[in-house]
Amino acid sequence: MELIHDLIVQGAQMMAVLALAPLLTGFVRKVKARLTRRRGPPLLQPYRDLARLLRKEAVLAENASWLFRVSPYLVFAATWVAAALVPTFAVGLMFSWTADLIAIIALLGSARFFLALAGMDVGTSFGGIGASREVMIASLAEPAMLLTVFALALVAGSTQLSTVAAVLATPEVGLRVSLGMALIALVMVAIAENARIPVDNPATHLELTMVHEAMVLEYSGRHLAMIEFGASLKLLLYLSLIVCIFVPWGIAAPGAGLGALAIGAVIWLAKLAVGGALLALFETSIAKMRVFRVPDFLGAALMLGLLGTLLLFVSRSL
Amino acid sequence: MMEPATILLALIAVLLVTAVAAVAIARLPAATAIVYGACAAVSAVLLAVAVAALIGGRTGQLVLPLGLPWLGAHFRLDSLSAFFLTVVNLGGAAASLYGLGYGRHESAPHRVLPFFAAFLAGMNLVVVAADAFSFLLSWEFMSLASWAMVLTHHRDPDNARAALVYLVMAGFGTMALLLAFGLMAGPGGGYAFEAMRSAAHAPSTTVLVFALMLLGAGSKAGLVPLHVWLPLAHPAAPSHVSALMSGVMTKVAVYGFLRVVFDLMGDPAWWAGIVLLALGGATAVLGILHALMERDLKRLLAYSTIENIGVIFVSLGLALAFSANAMAWAAALALTAALFHVLNHALFKSLLFFGAGAVLTATATRDMERLGGLIHRMPVTSLAFLGGSAAISALPPFNGFVSEWLAFQAILQSPQLPQWGLKILVPAVGGLLALAAALAAAAFVRAFGVTFLGRPRSPASGDAREVDRFSLAAMLALAVLCLLVGILPGFVIDALAPVTRALVGGAMPAQAHVPWLSVVPVAESRSSYNGLLVFLFIAASAWLAAILVHRFASHELRRGPAWDCGFPDPSPATQYTAGSFAQPIRRVFGSVVFQARETVAMPPPGDTAPARLVVEMHDPIWERLYAPIAAAVDFAALRLNRLQFLTIRRYLVLVFLSLVFLLAVLALWS
Repeated sequence: MELIHDLIVQGAQMMAVLALAPLLTGFVRKVKARLTRRRGPPLLQPYRDLARLLRKEAVLAENASWLFRVSPYLVFAATWVAAALVPTFAVGLMFSWTADLIAIIALLGSARFFLALAGMDVGTSFGGIGASREVMIASLAEPAMLLTVFALALVAGSTQLSTVAAVLATPEVGLRVSLGMALIALVMVAIAENARIPVDNPATHLELTMVHEAMVLEYSGRHLAMIEFGASLKLLLYLSLIVCIFVPWGIAAPGAGLGALAIGAVIWLAKLAVGGALLALFETSIAKMRVFRVPDFLGAALMLGLLGTLLLFVSRSL
Repeated sequence: MMEPATILLALIAVLLVTAVAAVAIARLPAATAIVYGACAAVSAVLLAVAVAALIGGRTGQLVLPLGLPWLGAHFRLDSLSAFFLTVVNLGGAAASLYGLGYGRHESAPHRVLPFFAAFLAGMNLVVVAADAFSFLLSWEFMSLASWAMVLTHHRDPDNARAALVYLVMAGFGTMALLLAFGLMAGPGGGYAFEAMRSAAHAPSTTVLVFALMLLGAGSKAGLVPLHVWLPLAHPAAPSHVSALMSGVMTKVAVYGFLRVVFDLMGDPAWWAGIVLLALGGATAVLGILHALMERDLKRLLAYSTIENIGVIFVSLGLALAFSANAMAWAAALALTAALFHVLNHALFKSLLFFGAGAVLTATATRDMERLGGLIHRMPVTSLAFLGGSAAISALPPFNGFVSEWLAFQAILQSPQLPQWGLKILVPAVGGLLALAAALAAAAFVRAFGVTFLGRPRSPASGDAREVDRFSLAAMLALAVLCLLVGILPGFVIDALAPVTRALVGGAMPAQAHVPWLSVVPVAESRSSYNGLLVFLFIAASAWLAAILVHRFASHELRRGPAWDCGFPDPSPATQYTAGSFAQPIRRVFGSVVFQARETVAMPPPGDTAPARLVVEMHDPIWERLYAPIAAAVDFAALRLNRLQFLTIRRYLVLVFLSLVFLLAVLALWS
């Protein structure tokens, strides 16, 4: 009985992230448009885009290999599995013991690995430029993220996200310098990883300034739909990750009843809305930086992560 | 029932006999099949014996009346040697299988076959040797056999230079080992490992032995700054030998280090951990940065070996630090991570070198700038190489991720260490490890993407043909092993328990009984990883998504010219190359580490010559450390040259003077 209950909660979580990911993307776009006094596309536009792309036939370059066709599904699957492991409205999900925070980062790394390869598959200059810049950004973002995870793990005594969320929700943790640094570093990494301004621009049409969009330039139809869906999922994942770690209140406990789960879901939605609005505000108020300024940006995140971890090595109470 | 040690030595003797027989038959057409077939069979049996000994916990020893008359040749099989025997013979069996096909293309098989069997025998002997004499003899035998194969194509000046550097470094390393063993044996001459283990070593001896082992085993393993020979020598040999040298011989060096530092020399101080952590972290990052700058596929792989050795030594450093502070369970975790990575690296680096060899066979080039598009021409090779690339980039659910993950878990146990030096260093090294892992992923996106994807950059690459079945079988077998070890890591961890128990007096909790085959290093609430479920989830959700999309959305497909923003250029020269792919990373990291500078050489106005982008890079270690040494040696050689042309009288005077000098030293000493 307990097993079935857990399975249903886990399944509901996986479906919820799937269903809400495009909405979050649409919401951020809408807020950004309103902030610049445009009306913006409707909230549900990302769903329509996905449906339209899915209906269309896929156009493949003549020399595209099987890897090009498989990658969108692999990228989507790896991102979805990673998202399924992040506590959203409830902690202690059934699958959360299969992988910890380090494995979640590595899963996203797997997705990026295959996407970068797909970018190089057709052999165009834009695919190459996107892939090479993406791995450069990742080579700094991943260590920054891992150092942030170290800092969190040292505070919580665990790399298991459910445990981290539960420990950070207790009043003993309180405000800490190291956690503040970890939060800033994690937000910076999340911005870079999700190809947001100032690192990358998800809405640009100037290919030379793009990273992520240049990499997926050859994709069309259902393949592009899977990649866009994966990107939306990743944004939702990072936002859920940040709120479940740093605003861990209101998440339903393991084995909670229906009422607690519903409250958890509502609180999660509210947190996502606030997070998405803040992201839109940040993106509107800042200019995109040159590609070779990105290492400075991410280097700062890396140093903050390292500093936070060092503080905790020095004293557990900092 | 025969003693396992006896069986092992008999099988190694068969390898030696094969080597001798290979000299005789090397010029027969069937020699390749016979020698590699015999090596594959013997390695497979050795592998079975080693695995049985490791899991069954069987030990044994044997003293043969060979070598020094008062010492004899000691051989011993314990859990540590059983584990490394497994690694050696797994690599050996795979390389022999690969050689069955690859060896047919060899232009000079008589230069490879005898040494191949001898090399396998040498590596096996190092791992079972149990006295200083037979250890050093086997070590040198292993070095020289591989050196001979580096010189297979000796008319190539690059290979000759590689062999020279290798010989010098190998000689230097063995000398360091000789001194280390001499110090541990003491004036009484207890050269058997048994005697060294039971003897009480003075702290000053321990320090010296540790430093000498770093030089001796570190130079063989490729620890910075003793790594310079490795990227020259490993790629110069035939590819299956490169695989053995990179995947297996560096592990034998790790074995030598473990045997002396963790087993024979007594307890080292905690600062030994600091040295290993710093060296390992530097090795990992420098190795992978070199790999990213490299355009020769096999040299790229050799540099990535240096990175992996760094990762192993970081874990070993942690194990030393924990064990010096009596934290046996954490030391066991770190040591398990190191040994797990030893196995993993043997698997995927052999696989990748096999793949590079297949590319070399099919296209006759190792230069990535002349490759591309091989995924269409060599589908099986590219699939196997892709698996190896994913594994070495530490991506779940492959095996490389498990050992990285265990290393990170070990790092997270280290705030409990009391020493301040370690408290400061460990998180920094953790950051370096993460940086190296991310750069490794970049390096292998580049290696696979430029070699196998895109459009062919040369006619040779466009006309490539898939390689023979033996090579493919060896690559696929290793790729499957990479995946299997990645999704069932618990069994490997359990098999490593006796080794860690013997070396640091603790072991990770047994994993076989954890529900769902998860890996739980300390406690489930702290961390757990389940490779099997991750693999199943990814496979199931990718499959589900593909099925649903094809069933309910579109499944039509149309082929057209590449889009490329409306301006596709048919020339393959417009693709990103290996050099341009590395450019962002070269600018970010290379400008600091290699003093990389890009300049545009513009032709003068009116000249129609194309402008050129010139990249200038410096190898800091070669230029700062080795070039001055080489210059000093040259200078001294020039001065000492005069000694060659003396009269007999003067030679006698010299001999007399040195005798007097040595006697004086002896008199003053005692």
